[in-house]
Amino acid sequence: MLTIEGVHKTYPGQRRGWRRSAPVQALQDVSLEITRGESFGLVGESGSGKSTLARCILQLEPVSPGRIVFEGEDLARLSPAAMRHARARIQMVFQDPQASLNPRMSVHDIVTEPLVIHREVMGLDARQRTERALELLQLVGLGEQHLFRKPHEFSGGQRQRIGIARALATSPTMLLLDEPTSALDVSVQAQVLNLLHELQQRLSLTYLFISHDLAVIRYMCDRVALIHHGQIVEQGDCQQVFDAPQSDYARQLLAAVPSLEGIGAAGSDGQRTPT
Amino acid sequence: MSAPLLEIRDLHLWMRSFEGEAHVLQGVDLQVGHGEVWGVVGETGCGKSLTGLSVSRLVPSPPARYGRGQILFNGQDLLQMSEAQMRQLRGGRIGMIFQDPTTNLNPLFRISEQLVDVALAAAAWRPELLGVPAGASAREKRRAARALSLEMLERVRIPDAAQRLDDFPHQFSGGMRQRVLIAMALIGRPQLLIADEPTTALDVSVQAQVLALLRDMVRDFRMTVLLITHNLGVVAQACSHVAVMYAGSIVERGPVQEVMRRPTHPYTRALLAAIPRREMARGALEGIPGTVPDLIHPPPGCRFAPRCARAQEGCRAQVPALEPVPSALAAGAGHEVACFHAHPVEAAC
Repeated sequence: MLTIEGVHKTYPGQRRGWRRSAPVQALQDVSLEITRGESFGLVGESGSGKSTLARCILQLEPVSPGRIVFEGEDLARLSPAAMRHARARIQMVFQDPQASLNPRMSVHDIVTEPLVIHREVMGLDARQRTERALELLQLVGLGEQHLFRKPHEFSGGQRQRIGIARALATSPTMLLLDEPTSALDVSVQAQVLNLLHELQQRLSLTYLFISHDLAVIRYMCDRVALIHHGQIVEQGDCQQVFDAPQSDYARQLLAAVPSLEGIGAAGSDGQRTPT
Repeated sequence: MSAPLLEIRDLHLWMRSFEGEAHVLQGVDLQVGHGEVWGVVGETGCGKSLTGLSVSRLVPSPPARYGRGQILFNGQDLLQMSEAQMRQLRGGRIGMIFQDPTTNLNPLFRISEQLVDVALAAAAWRPELLGVPAGASAREKRRAARALSLEMLERVRIPDAAQRLDDFPHQFSGGMRQRVLIAMALIGRPQLLIADEPTTALDVSVQAQVLALLRDMVRDFRMTVLLITHNLGVVAQACSHVAVMYAGSIVERGPVQEVMRRPTHPYTRALLAAIPRREMARGALEGIPGTVPDLIHPPPGCRFAPRCARAQEGCRAQVPALEPVPSALAAGAGHEVACFHAHPVEAAC
């Protein structure tokens, strides 16, 4: 479905006076293969390059060298027009629905905007677009009454549902989910994760799920890759990576997660109970 | 045991907004004993941060207005204190750490200057902090404050602290900045540390280091901590006690093992059930249906009733008070819950 082969990405260093600092190696020789219908998790800490990879997949950043092949097409070789068409098939859901939804647009306009942009591919007129918007809202658990409201009238979880509806508007085959639940409370996160799972089953979607939350990745994904300083340090079956990590970095990362299992690790001096 | 260090009694806080006055704290009750580490957990808007800010009296009023209630710190009511008295406590007896270490350091000043300022301010009320004789000159005091700052940076394990002392905040990484802020909060040797989401902005590996550091500091300085967080994992790791807040009041509290192993309030149990765990089948996660109640027109009775599977008629008529969990259900003392239909089921952890 999506093959990433030896992708490198280097950002030029910042100018400091008359000198330039060393260039930043954001991605180094990243290779991944995502098969149709699976959820692939990408885990890394801030600055590890996980969002850069998502931007590279959408060709928002040129890569050199390296190849990104989506459904048999090398994305870098596509003409700008062909790339626009390809983007209808890969859509993205962003972290912060507060920031990624235009506050001055109604839900209707937000959800139908991709249909307008991709009208050559989609071929829907205005009335059909509105119908499609309604269908999408119902798909993500919202209703007709929400169609002409603006983002500020919704809670965080509902806003993320709108973001998902927009991403699904062009019937993509693949979704890039960049920290889709990191800005949400746990109870809402649970709802959104279940919605994503349900949508995947119903629409046979392929997910690239980017997150720093290992518990979420473990819950959502079939396979996982750990990225550290722009390099993939480990990848494999979710179960395997989490239960028997091979690399030192994976072991460190897993050990650092504060788990509910280790209750009361605070030490004995804090354990006094009030009398 | 002696009186608790901090006692919040029936604290009510109203917050004015365009739509009306929201009742954001609805009778918060909390007793924090010496040396205890209390985690205050809850979701966005439940009032956990306002509880912490109320203790340091940093809630701007107006728009906030305190109704009933007292906040007793060493037996004195903080709400009755003058601003001058509060300034003595803040940074002295009461230390604070906030979520984002970037916005809490002034980018224009070297961290040495910022630390020295805090040390001098704290020393103005407690000269023994600097360890200089009473009649010392300003220069001597400053030198002593600088030495103290360096010592604190070493305590929070900043590598090459002596070289880093005169660096600017942007030269530190996020985790290191949070360490600088911890050093700053501890420089006045506080009895009580209020940490509001201290690790939320940090990566997990850095979070683990900062939590370990906090734990050591609590032990070394014999500090009492109010750790405000939305992460139940952090509470399980770092706290001795926990208070779960929902819609402006505490719905369950007690020793952390007790509450986490035998959650009794339906909200606590729902919160724990919403965290993905290992071996959990995809799609098996349970969210909490519905949304947080409107605090301008709160629902009658138990605030959680509209979202609660166990709610009955009585729940919508009367607000349940915090009462000890029946001894048949609790294994330890001090576990209290505000629910009419409390019965715990073993948590899956």
